[in-house]
Amino acid sequence: MSEGLDLLLDVRGVSKHFGGVYALNNASLSVVRGEVHALIGPNGAGKTTLIHVLSGALPCNGGRVVFDGNDLERRPMHERVTLGLARSYQITNIFTRLTVLDNVAMAVQSRVRDWGSSFSFWKPFSLDSAIIGEAHALLAQVSLSGMANRLAGQLSHGEQRSLEVALALATKPKLLLLDEPMAGMGPEESERMVGLIEHLAQQVTILLVEHDMDAVFRLADRISVLVGGTVIASGSPEAIRGDAEVRRAYLGDEVA
Amino acid sequence: MGLYATTTRRRIAAVFVLLGLIALPWGMRLIGQEFYVSFASRVLIMALAATSLNLVIGFGGMVSFGHAAFFGAGAYCVAVLAESGVTSAWLAWPAATGVAAVLAVLVGAISLRTRGVYFIMITLAFAQMVFYLVVSLKTWGGDDGLPLLQRSAFGSLDLKDDSTFYFVVLAILAFVLFMLDRIAHSRFGRVIQSIRENEVRMEALGYPVFSFKLVCFSLGGALAGLAGALMANQAGLASPNLLHWMQSGILMVMIVIGGVGSVFGGVVGAVLLLVCEEAFVEITPHWQIGLGLLLLAVVLWAPLGIAGLFGWGRNRE
Repeated sequence: MSEGLDLLLDVRGVSKHFGGVYALNNASLSVVRGEVHALIGPNGAGKTTLIHVLSGALPCNGGRVVFDGNDLERRPMHERVTLGLARSYQITNIFTRLTVLDNVAMAVQSRVRDWGSSFSFWKPFSLDSAIIGEAHALLAQVSLSGMANRLAGQLSHGEQRSLEVALALATKPKLLLLDEPMAGMGPEESERMVGLIEHLAQQVTILLVEHDMDAVFRLADRISVLVGGTVIASGSPEAIRGDAEVRRAYLGDEVA
Repeated sequence: MGLYATTTRRRIAAVFVLLGLIALPWGMRLIGQEFYVSFASRVLIMALAATSLNLVIGFGGMVSFGHAAFFGAGAYCVAVLAESGVTSAWLAWPAATGVAAVLAVLVGAISLRTRGVYFIMITLAFAQMVFYLVVSLKTWGGDDGLPLLQRSAFGSLDLKDDSTFYFVVLAILAFVLFMLDRIAHSRFGRVIQSIRENEVRMEALGYPVFSFKLVCFSLGGALAGLAGALMANQAGLASPNLLHWMQSGILMVMIVIGGVGSVFGGVVGAVLLLVCEEAFVEITPHWQIGLGLLLLAVVLWAPLGIAGLFGWGRNRE
C-alpha cells in the first residue's frame, strides 16, 4: 500500500492480550513521514493500547514496531523519546504542582544531552536561560504565554490539554502520538486545538487518535480504522468514507 | 512560586542559626554545662543522618525504610578500620562514605524495581539482613558492638576535645546543607523532584527515571554513611542499634516532624526530637506519648512539617 514511501513508523502484526482478551490482534499500520495519520475506531477497539505499545508503556505479545529504521522491541520508554517518538495522554498527565513554565522547561531539559546535562548538581536551574527561553517559545506556540507562572493544576481543562501537547512537543519529536487531544473539550476549545494541530503538522509527523470525526476528516492525510484490535482499512479520507466495510463496522450513519 | 521556591529570607535565617550554633560551646562553658556540647554533637550528627534520608524520601520520593543500614555501615567501617590501625579521619571517613554508597547502590539497584509498599518492605528487609549479619559476627563484637578506642585523627585538630569535635561536625553539616540547597535547585534536583511528582510523565519525556532515582538513593546512603562515621566517633562505639530498623523509623519521624522535602527539615526534626527527649525523659519515662501526639498533629495539620510552617517547605500553595 505504501511501498516506496518514506515510512517513519511501521507497525507489523502487533498483538497485545490481557489474559485471554485480545486488545490488539495482528494490527498493522504505517505512518509516512510528514503526514497526519488519524487512527479511528469504536470504543474499546484498542486505540489507546496501541499508543501504549508504541510509546513503550506496555510490552506487546507479538509483532514488530520499526520507527525511523530502529526496531523498538525491548527499548524502554525514555529511549524511544530520545529516538524522536513522543506522546500525549488521553487523560491529562502534567505536573500539576509545578508552574506552567516549569512543566515545559522540564520537558525541554530532557533533550539536553551535553555531558552533565540533567546530572548537573551545582548550577542553579533558574540560570539556564537557553532552556527557559525555549520553554517560553513553546508556550507561545500553544497560546499559553500568559499562563507561564501559574501552577499547571490551576489551568482550565482546555489549557491543560494544550500544555499536554506542549510537553510532548518540547522533546522535539519526529513523530507525535496524540491520544485524543480534544477529549472533554467544548466546541470552542476543540476548534482551537484543531488549529494548533494544523499548525504543528507543518513541523512534525502526527499519529492522531480522535473521536471527533469532523476534526479527523479535516486534519488527516490518511486514516486507519481499528476495529476489535485489527486495522481493517487504511487510506485517504475519501477512500475511508467510501469503504463499505468501515461504514458497516464503525462509521454507521454518521457520515452516510 | 510553586515547587522550587526559595527565599533570601530563609538564607539569612540560616546564617543566624549557624552563628548561634558556632557560639554554643562558649555559651555552655559560661553556664558550666559543658556536657551539653557532646550532646549537641550527637544532635547535629542525627540531623545529618535525617537530612540524608530527606534527600531520598523528601526530594526523591522514595520511601526507604532501610536507611539505618547505611548509617550503621559508616559507623562499623570507621570502627573496623580503627581496629586494623587506620585512624586518620581523612581515610576512614571517606571510606565510610564510600562503603555506604556502594551498599546503597546494591540495595537501590534491586529495591528500586519495586514501588510503594513493596519498596518500603524490601528496603526494610535489606536493612534487617545487614543488622542480623553484623550482630552474628563475633569479630565485630556481636550484640555489644565494636568499640572505637579513640576518635579519628583529623590533621592537627584534636577531636578528643568535645568542642573541637563539635565544630568539625557543625562544619560538615553546614557544608552538606549548603550542597543540598544547591542540588535542590540544580537540574538534577529538579528532575528528582519532578519524578517525585509524576514518575510516568518523566519517563514519557525521555528521562531515564531509574538512573536518576538510583543516583539520588545512593547519594542519600553515602551521606548516611558519613553521619555513621561521625556517630561512631561521638559515641566511641559502632553499635548494632545504629543498624536496627527502629533507627530507620526514628530518622523517618524526624523528617516528617521537621519537614519532608525541605532543605532544613531533617535538622529541625532531629533538634526537636532529641531536645524534647533530653528535656522530658527526666520528668516522665512516658514522654514518647507526647511525641506521638506531636507527630499526629504534624501529619494532620502541617503536612510539610515544622519547617513548612515557617515557609521553608518545598511548596507553598
